[in-house]
Amino acid sequence: MSEWRYWFAEQKGTLLALGIFIAMFVIYTANHPAGFTANVVQTASNKGVLLAFVAMAQTLVVITAGIDLSVGMIFLLTNCLASWIVVGTPLETALGVIAVLLVGVLCGALNGAIVIYGRLQPIVATIATGSIYFGIALLLRPYPGGSVNEDLADALTGRLFGVIPSSLVALVVVVLVVWVPFRRSVYGRAAYAAGSSEVAAYMSGVPIKRGKFLAYTLGGLLAAIGGLFLTFFTYTGEAAYASGNAYTLFSIAAVVLGGVSLFGGRGSAIGAIFGAFAFRTIGDLLFVFDLDPLWQPLFQGVVLLIAVSLGAFALFRVKNRLEWFG
Amino acid sequence: MTGRFMETAPQETAPLFRMEGISKRYGGVRALEDAELSVHAGRIHAILGENGAGKSTLIKIMSGVVAPDQGRMMLDGQAVSFSSPAEANKAGIVCIFQELSLIPELSVADNIVISDPPKKFGMIDRRAQRKIAEEALARAGASDVHPSALVKDLPLSRRQMVEIAKALARKPRILILDEATSALTAADVSKVFEVLKRLRSEGLALLYISHRMHEIAELADDCTVFRNGRRIATYKAGAKSDTEVIELMIGREYQNVFPPKPAAASGKPPILECSNLSWTDRLTDISFTVRRGEVIGLGGLDGQGQRELLLALFGVLRGCTGEVRIDGQPVKLVSPAHASSEKIGMALIPEDRKTEGLMLPMTVRENLAFAAMDKVSKRGIIDREAEDRLLDEMVKLLTIRTAGLEIPVGALSGGNQQKVVIAKWLMRHPRIILLNDPTRGIDVGTKQEIYQLLRRLADQGAAIVFYSTDYDELIGCCDRVLVLYDGAIKRELVGAEITEHALIASALNIGAAEAARMARTNA
Repeated sequence: MSEWRYWFAEQKGTLLALGIFIAMFVIYTANHPAGFTANVVQTASNKGVLLAFVAMAQTLVVITAGIDLSVGMIFLLTNCLASWIVVGTPLETALGVIAVLLVGVLCGALNGAIVIYGRLQPIVATIATGSIYFGIALLLRPYPGGSVNEDLADALTGRLFGVIPSSLVALVVVVLVVWVPFRRSVYGRAAYAAGSSEVAAYMSGVPIKRGKFLAYTLGGLLAAIGGLFLTFFTYTGEAAYASGNAYTLFSIAAVVLGGVSLFGGRGSAIGAIFGAFAFRTIGDLLFVFDLDPLWQPLFQGVVLLIAVSLGAFALFRVKNRLEWFG
Repeated sequence: MTGRFMETAPQETAPLFRMEGISKRYGGVRALEDAELSVHAGRIHAILGENGAGKSTLIKIMSGVVAPDQGRMMLDGQAVSFSSPAEANKAGIVCIFQELSLIPELSVADNIVISDPPKKFGMIDRRAQRKIAEEALARAGASDVHPSALVKDLPLSRRQMVEIAKALARKPRILILDEATSALTAADVSKVFEVLKRLRSEGLALLYISHRMHEIAELADDCTVFRNGRRIATYKAGAKSDTEVIELMIGREYQNVFPPKPAAASGKPPILECSNLSWTDRLTDISFTVRRGEVIGLGGLDGQGQRELLLALFGVLRGCTGEVRIDGQPVKLVSPAHASSEKIGMALIPEDRKTEGLMLPMTVRENLAFAAMDKVSKRGIIDREAEDRLLDEMVKLLTIRTAGLEIPVGALSGGNQQKVVIAKWLMRHPRIILLNDPTRGIDVGTKQEIYQLLRRLADQGAAIVFYSTDYDELIGCCDRVLVLYDGAIKRELVGAEITEHALIASALNIGAAEAARMARTNA
């Protein structure tokens, strides 16, 4: 029985995010004119997965007590690249997908190398690299355009067996192939350990550098998967600066909503996924209640504040005020 | 006298580990000089010495945390060197550090296997990990700790047990325990002792660092005393009395670095009275009085509640019970801002000047001016002339050696940085000055200036409460010393009673009779 208690304590953040998302989604579908139908679920899923991928990317870096302000730009860069090369025969398309993912990996690895081996602060390093990635995206697509293999795009944004949204299936596959092995590997644990207490981790002989490097690199990969899906949804590539920045900031919001600690060492990408879906549902809620979409940023801010405040209650129990700052 | 003790414990077997001629400097400070040590399998070797004697540096070198400047180490007769803790671990040397090395956000089981988790298909095998953790916890006598609990949720004593379990899970050949029992309850200590004795019979070499003499008497086979970075003596346990050992640990002449103490201030009115102050389990029923012009020392082993007491007085801790009176009026100290207000007039010189005392990248002027902003400004506008005058006065008073007020504080030497911290608080003209180990890590010359300053401030009517880990300072500076043990005042030493013997004896909580006997021997 007590085993459950510990499991619950560990998953508290994730479960809270799941709860917030379910509550919002139930209100949404209950008030939607079409109700809980495959179509509504598909639309919600397609809107949510993009931010979910970017939020997962952010989670990996935040776990190491870092932050990645270039995720949105990697997302744009890979979108622009995909709109050039994910076309043609199935073989060409497959090679194109691999190339896009590799570029994401490279971007992430560059971030990691600068932060870990160059010892720059993550916030500064990723602002700079983000700007570089956006610059390349702009070179690739000065104007919106391009195309994508539409058969593949339709397959990945449609429905499986007529009910299950394929984008959701893809998200689950990515979780199983990327996140779960990372979480259970020695390097994943090293990333958590470094985020929680780098000194203690060093003293314990934990491979801190490799763990952090892997986290940044996989973050790049996940952002690239997001970029691919953006291309599948829009059939085009576009270097839209505002959109890239919005994804970066929303990914941080989703991570926080998902119970991932910005101080590092705690949280799960699965929580961040629910955080991302919850954050996206806010906009949908405004839609079903017939509110002006102009209210969206305001409501997103309010929901974020409330969610973060829930986590801050513990501070009221602190006995030594110096712990507030540490 | 040193030569007389340079005997080594007779050993028939070759040592498992030996270090020779080890030296280490940190900047200009000599931490170890030509140190040697031999560790034998199947024996417990105790290392004794005062704070700053070089014990910590010694074990940091052994366990690969720092590299020695000179000297060599041999394991099984083969020369070895370690460039990281991981390498030392691989060679079988595992250290349980005084500052805990556990990762707070990970579970107990995660922590126990952290340096070499069991793997299956490239991933961590959670079931095997659980089994290793349970075995290690059982071996350490800590089966009450749940392997799935997060370390940050455990109390300090349980964390210490997890730390021991973690060390055991690495199957060490040499196990180093640095004050490993300081946070433990008496019941845990006896469990740990059983474990250590079993490990010794299994052929491990154990290195045991502790301030607690009775623990050493119970456990150790061999003892080595360090002082000022040098090995002073190695002897078989039981070969020397406590008094002799303490003499070995002290062993140096006092120099005339301290200003003379005035006659007792007992006639002056009390300015700070504290009765039955308690806070969580770290402070218990602390009662004392400080008079105008008095310098009160807080003594005892490191971490017995001295810091918490200063923080409590300064309004940092929440949930304190008991009563604090200032000038006879009961006050409730709610925040540092309140404690340092004109009405109360308290100042706390913090222990870590780098994080709590100064903003290193900012200039001397900015650092100093923060504290006295209201004294040199009118309606929010700073009067630069008044500021300059006040700052010049402070720089002169404290003889801060700086090329100017516009130099970043980080560019000054440690001693001068500390003077800036003190100056910063003096600008408010505090009546009660709390100091948390203010001379740690600064040079002798500056220390001397700080001692003079403290006495001068006291003569001008301030009350000073002064925590120091350096016994000499307490003896040289203080009119009275309160010795804390486990969060309570165990003894109050007044005037001539303040001797190194008495301080050490009461810090170790040896019985009063024994302490008195030792004090007599000293006199």
